[in-house]
Amino acid sequence: MRMAVVSEQSAPARRGKIAVWWLIASEVMIFGGALSCYILARTAGPGWSAEAAHLSAILATINTFVLLTSSMTMAMAFAAYQKADQRGVCRFLLCTILLGLAFLGIKAYEYISHIADGLAPWSGSFWSFYYLLTGLHALHVIAGIIVNIILLLAAGKGLHTGYRIEIAGLYWHFVDIVWIFLFPLLYLSY
Amino acid sequence: MFLNWLPENVSIHGAEIDSIFHLIYYITLAWFIVTVGALIVFALLFRRRDGQRAAYITGDRLPHAAWLLIPTALVLMLDLWIDFRGGDAWARVKLHAPPSELQIQVTGKQFNWEILYPGPDGRFGTPDDLQIDNELHVAVNRVVGLTLKSKDVIHSLYLPNLRLQQNVIPGREFHAWFQATKPGVFEIPCLELCGFGHSGMVGHLIVHTAEEYDKWVKEQWPAPSSPLKESDQP
Amino acid sequence: MGEGTVASPVKPPQGIRPTMSHRARVDPIRLPVARTAHEDRSFWRTYIFSTDHKTIAKQYLFLALFMALLGGYLVYVMRWQLAFPDTSIPGFGFVGPETYNALTTNHGTIMVFFVAMPILLGAFGNFLIPLMIGARDMAFPRLNMLSFWILFASSLVIMSSFFVPGGAAAAGWTGYAPLSARTEYTGVNWGINLWLLAHALEFASFLMGGVNFLTTAITMRAPGMTFFRLPLLVWQQMTASVIFLLSVGPLIAGAVMLLMDRLLGTSFFVPEQGGDPLLWQHLFWFFGHPEVYVLLMPGLGAVLEVLAVFSRKSIFGYRWIIYSTISVGFLSLIVWAHHMFISGMDPRLAMPFSITTILISVPIALIVFSMILTLWKGSIRFTPPMLWALGFIVMFILGGLTGIVLGSAPVNIQVHGTYFVVAHFHTVLLSVVIFGSFTGIYFWFPKMFGRMMNVPLSNLHFLLTLIFFNLTFFPMHAVGLAGMPRRITNPLQYEFLQPVQSLNVYITLSALGLTLAQFLFLINFVWSIVAGRKAEDNPWESATLEWTAPSPPPHGNWGDTIPTVYRGPYEYSPPGVREDFLPQDLAPSARSD
Repeated sequence: MRMAVVSEQSAPARRGKIAVWWLIASEVMIFGGALSCYILARTAGPGWSAEAAHLSAILATINTFVLLTSSMTMAMAFAAYQKADQRGVCRFLLCTILLGLAFLGIKAYEYISHIADGLAPWSGSFWSFYYLLTGLHALHVIAGIIVNIILLLAAGKGLHTGYRIEIAGLYWHFVDIVWIFLFPLLYLSY
Repeated sequence: MFLNWLPENVSIHGAEIDSIFHLIYYITLAWFIVTVGALIVFALLFRRRDGQRAAYITGDRLPHAAWLLIPTALVLMLDLWIDFRGGDAWARVKLHAPPSELQIQVTGKQFNWEILYPGPDGRFGTPDDLQIDNELHVAVNRVVGLTLKSKDVIHSLYLPNLRLQQNVIPGREFHAWFQATKPGVFEIPCLELCGFGHSGMVGHLIVHTAEEYDKWVKEQWPAPSSPLKESDQP
Repeated sequence: MGEGTVASPVKPPQGIRPTMSHRARVDPIRLPVARTAHEDRSFWRTYIFSTDHKTIAKQYLFLALFMALLGGYLVYVMRWQLAFPDTSIPGFGFVGPETYNALTTNHGTIMVFFVAMPILLGAFGNFLIPLMIGARDMAFPRLNMLSFWILFASSLVIMSSFFVPGGAAAAGWTGYAPLSARTEYTGVNWGINLWLLAHALEFASFLMGGVNFLTTAITMRAPGMTFFRLPLLVWQQMTASVIFLLSVGPLIAGAVMLLMDRLLGTSFFVPEQGGDPLLWQHLFWFFGHPEVYVLLMPGLGAVLEVLAVFSRKSIFGYRWIIYSTISVGFLSLIVWAHHMFISGMDPRLAMPFSITTILISVPIALIVFSMILTLWKGSIRFTPPMLWALGFIVMFILGGLTGIVLGSAPVNIQVHGTYFVVAHFHTVLLSVVIFGSFTGIYFWFPKMFGRMMNVPLSNLHFLLTLIFFNLTFFPMHAVGLAGMPRRITNPLQYEFLQPVQSLNVYITLSALGLTLAQFLFLINFVWSIVAGRKAEDNPWESATLEWTAPSPPPHGNWGDTIPTVYRGPYEYSPPGVREDFLPQDLAPSARSD
């Protein structure tokens, strides 16, 4: 197994990995900036908990579970790639994509039901930040899904997905970790 | 040569700010002369000459690097001097306002300064409040406390002759103070871009002598008492 | 004899791993380039949608020069209005206050984001990083092309904003909320939305560019090119990229928030619904201040390269400069609130930020001392790039020192928001953008275009620029100390500014002279591209790798093999060698003495 990695550790793999780490560093600053604003704004005034209580912790817990599972399947796709198991790569990538879509579906259901309840982005500071943070995160999930679909199509045609699986995985795990911050700060804080 | 360009100082705290400016001015002037002088002297002294090679000095080793590090340490020292000289002045202007003898509320809006006087009772929100746009009347040598607000966007209250500036932000309230040392009329430009009328958004500070100020108060509030009354009481 | 004395400073190539991984690092880079060089013959792929880092660098340069003309036109209108208020401006007509605000806003945005960044990072970084580290191209050539075209789209967006109903953004280049957050305060609706969109594209472009620069410099160095053999320009470009990547994030979030405030009616920055206008200022300046160091570093880098070459001397304290550069980068992330001393933030925060701000002068001072000491015992050649480099140092010292006035919190009370600020940041930023850029352009022009520039015309350009630059910006300090507010349309509306109005006229005329002097450069530039004397590969006798490639370098930069590096970048006038420089790639055994 170790051999397989080393032989693939060619220049493109190293470049790709370093580039994604730098991308993640700048993304950390985007989410870090937005989250700091949220935390500072929230500590500045009362009344936020009552608003946060409108969120459904159950749906969010399910979503957390969905996203964590997708991280697992992403890691399994990478493991399959290391074992040169092309069908395994396809299968686990597909799982990751479907789980990502499930996450977005639940998120969309939440959005629609909030807006139907009259809790839109313009309904106060908490809701502004709620839609900002979850919206930015959802955009990243969409981007991750697009990357995974491209890889899946390549793998489906029997093309070598190579180190790109690992790089896409890094990004996907990052998106997952962002959610780990959003979940308690938004849903569990009432 | 720059020192003369500052407008005349007429506030009690302004001299301290000016003295820090002078300190910085002389320190930076000295550095400018030394560094640019060295640059010009080196450039002329070590210009290309036939048959003469440049020296091989990397400057990484400590005996050479000392030429870098010692002046840098000097910079650090002077920096800290400037900083800690400034700390007191900043605290005096922005943090520790003395008890005010006249309290006036200034509200910025597009594109005027609304000046609200509390009237003879010294309190805001009573019928004898008086609002005058763009005219800030105060008495010389009295501590004036300003309550600063904004109705729409960010403005900045600037009193160049008093070495005073404070942004005003909608939804918040700030406090500023000054004590003018000389009667006269001074302009109050807005210093933060606030829309198409930003240019020309200007009020006037009218610093009266004590007698003039009493006269002005009597004109505004024909009733017997004056806004000074309250603070004059023991 | 010579062999023995020199052999000791020349180390064997470092950074080469055991043969396997070394080969793995070089080969895959070479193969695709060799292939594309044969395939890409069409006009579009060679000149327009090129993935060649050198072509992309030129595209950045041309775009920046075009945008500089536009930004210059805007400031011409503004300066004319300030000198002769409410008269008809030749080539524009009357300018009302709404238009004037749109001009200041877009002059700032265009000059910083569409002129300075594309030249200093886009052009210099793209052209020089691969050539200086011995790579055939950037790590991601197609991403590189995409970066440029996104910037191009961004520049189209910012230009189109002048033609939408309501006009272009007029809330200042800092876009302070709530002025920028609600249409009714400025009367500008789509102008500000497009202005935000242009920023979003710009940031995306330079984020990708920054990732590309860093990955290239980290992974694509030639054999033997260790980090401590990199030219300082590469270090400075890397630091600039890191600062940019780390500081822009919060402003990206902030821009999304401002756009949501404008389009969705949220209340991040609007106080009526519980928002905080100061939040925007924090987010803006958290990026806005590091941004000036993002611009400064590549300019410093170019000047340092030139100083070493034309003093025929090693840079004094190469490693100290690297450490200082990294310290400046770190400190630049914790000084932002010095733009906000009187903004209404907690006044107790002023002193800590004042201290960090003034502290940043320490590593900067070290770099300046090092530049001056590099001249000491040199053998100085006053070529056009060297003149610009020396001019840079003088103007940079002046601009840096006036920054101390602004960085001191109590003095800031008096000068904040006046023309003193304008004078300061134009002196310090234009020392980088004008003097730094021209240092680089005059120096690397032979490599970029394979021809030499006209020397007398270059010298005249330098002389006139230096004179008019000072005639323009030096009196501006005085106007600022007198209290003239920024962004006013008409100084005659203020009693206390009547005495300085003659200075305003004088500044305007000097600025006109400064602008006209730049046409000398444009003439020289265009003429030299077409008909300049052919350049040799290494016309300045420089030791760094870019001069080992042909002028101009072909796609792939070097022939069959990339150079191997044996020493640091500034081996000038080493003892015991006949030539007065040792190129980085000259093998120790191959020396001719």
